Amino acid sequence: MAALEFGYIFWNPIVWVIAFVVVMAVAYFLRSRGQKKYKKDTAQTQIFLCGEEVPEAERRHVKAHNVYWGLLQTLKGYYNPTTKAHTGIINDYIIWFTAIAAATAVILFIVS
Amino acid sequence: MDKLVIHSPILIIAIPLLAAFLTLLIGRVSEKARNVLVVVSLVFVEFLVLLLARDIHLNGLRVYTLGAVSPGLAIPEHYMVPVRIILQVDAMSIFMGIIAATVSLAAAIYSLSFMKEETGQDSFYTLLLLLVAGMLGIVFTGDLFNLFVFLEIAAISGAGLVAFRIRFADTAEGGFKYLVISSVAALVVLFSIGIFYAQYNLLNIAALGQVIQYTMLDKVALAFLVIAFAMKLGSVPLHMWVPDTYAVAPASITAMLLVSSQICMYALFRTCFSLYGVTLNTVTVGWIVIILGMLSMFVGVTMAVLQTDVKRLIAYNCICESGYILLAVGVGLAVLGQPEALSTYGIAAMSGGIFHMINHALFEGLLFLAAGVLFYRAGTRNLNEMGGLAHNMKLTSILFLLGALASSGIPPFNGFASKLLIYESVYQFNPILAIIGIIVSIITLAIFVKAFFSAFTGQVLPKYKDVREAPKLMMISMIILSIIIVFFGLFPGLIVDWLAHPAADALINQAEYINAVVGG
Repeated sequence: MAALEFGYIFWNPIVWVIAFVVVMAVAYFLRSRGQKKYKKDTAQTQIFLCGEEVPEAERRHVKAHNVYWGLLQTLKGYYNPTTKAHTGIINDYIIWFTAIAAATAVILFIVS
Repeated sequence: MDKLVIHSPILIIAIPLLAAFLTLLIGRVSEKARNVLVVVSLVFVEFLVLLLARDIHLNGLRVYTLGAVSPGLAIPEHYMVPVRIILQVDAMSIFMGIIAATVSLAAAIYSLSFMKEETGQDSFYTLLLLLVAGMLGIVFTGDLFNLFVFLEIAAISGAGLVAFRIRFADTAEGGFKYLVISSVAALVVLFSIGIFYAQYNLLNIAALGQVIQYTMLDKVALAFLVIAFAMKLGSVPLHMWVPDTYAVAPASITAMLLVSSQICMYALFRTCFSLYGVTLNTVTVGWIVIILGMLSMFVGVTMAVLQTDVKRLIAYNCICESGYILLAVGVGLAVLGQPEALSTYGIAAMSGGIFHMINHALFEGLLFLAAGVLFYRAGTRNLNEMGGLAHNMKLTSILFLLGALASSGIPPFNGFASKLLIYESVYQFNPILAIIGIIVSIITLAIFVKAFFSAFTGQVLPKYKDVREAPKLMMISMIILSIIIVFFGLFPGLIVDWLAHPAADALINQAEYINAVVGG
């Protein structure tokens, strides 16, 4: 019932969950063997920023548009024309539709 | 009970249709009674769908002819062809019915709280029930013209629902775009139906499937049908309306619009497999579907990386996930004329794609509902303005994470099982396609890391210090979807064997579909 079998696939989520629980138990055990000097709500838990003043929560949080900034800059060559194509104008959407329908019809005429 | 099963195909469509108009009347008397009517009618529809699914699993395809002496009598006495309105429900239709009924029920429960402050709720629920009737009509009809009619019902009610919260600046634009796109697609579908009727004097899908010749005109009709449905399902490069519409619609309606798009995908598959079948050049059309799928996967996921509006991000992810389904079913279509390849990996690819359809509806539905909770409580969809919401919205953050992990194909969730089946089978067709699929799945994880990190992690922002969880009904509807996601994730073998594989078989077996109407 649980297992999925096809070709080289054997996937049994129940076995996976049991294995996951065992690994988590081992990880928890190892963690419990570690340092016990942690003290909640003391200076230990404060943010340390090279001795600088720590900004407020709102300014500390990395904004969504900065996440993957480097990747987006690197792929500018792809992103610039792709975003340009997303004009938000309904007329353009219909032009795309007409062009793709015509191209599909031509392909069907030629190939089959 | 037997009578209920026999008449269930029409009842499943008629109940939401009737309830839609009763809602307007009862809403004038009592708001509570109206809400009860909406939920009870959808619970009953869900019950009937499951009842019919069981019957189809045991007894096979069911034909229901309106106005006939016996519902199973498709062709009237002294006639050679079916002339009445026929509902034809096979394993694929009922599979889509289960998706539509389940997500609609969750969406309706969610709406009870989400739309509580809005005016004109009677009209809202009327439109919602009409959308349900339209969607179920499309999947159950065996007649092309009725398919067009139900397509229009779903489109008009969908557009009304998108633009419902008119107090927001962008909803009218979203609704207008949805209406234009849907109308153009429906017109082109009607044009294709005209082509068939002019040539064969028939509107019934099974009867047409028996006589279709694949003439030049049939090729024109095929091109129009494929591209019209591709636009309605949001396939790249005809996808641009999807984020514009999904982002502005109420969250519960976005989940239903997603199902509506999937139902257009069903119409595309029904056209290719049951209407044209092996008469068309399956390799060419299969590759057209595969290319649309690959484009959708790649452009969908890469555009999602850019987004800072949480609903636009999920909308682009929807386009991407639809791509997986097109890829998998496209592979099945491409090898439809090669029995060995079909049995070796074609059916498995289709089963994986069809299994992914229900998974996609569930986890994206959950994500949209969770995004709706963010908007409901934080008052924004902009991820740049969010942060630390998990501190006060623990359950919402867990449910969002669950949907995100399922969408990214992380084990043991349902998305992993269906994607694994797709990778394995598509690899045997063309390894490059499977590798691209895996890469796209990794990028999907990256976009949800961004969304989750931006909205939920970090210190709670001062403006969200008093934010709390959404009302109970909204949480209940999300929990319902989550439970199904976990169940499907833990028992994928059961779902593939009982639902996805029979649905794939039903699509492939054109002869059975035709014989059910014209053979007896």
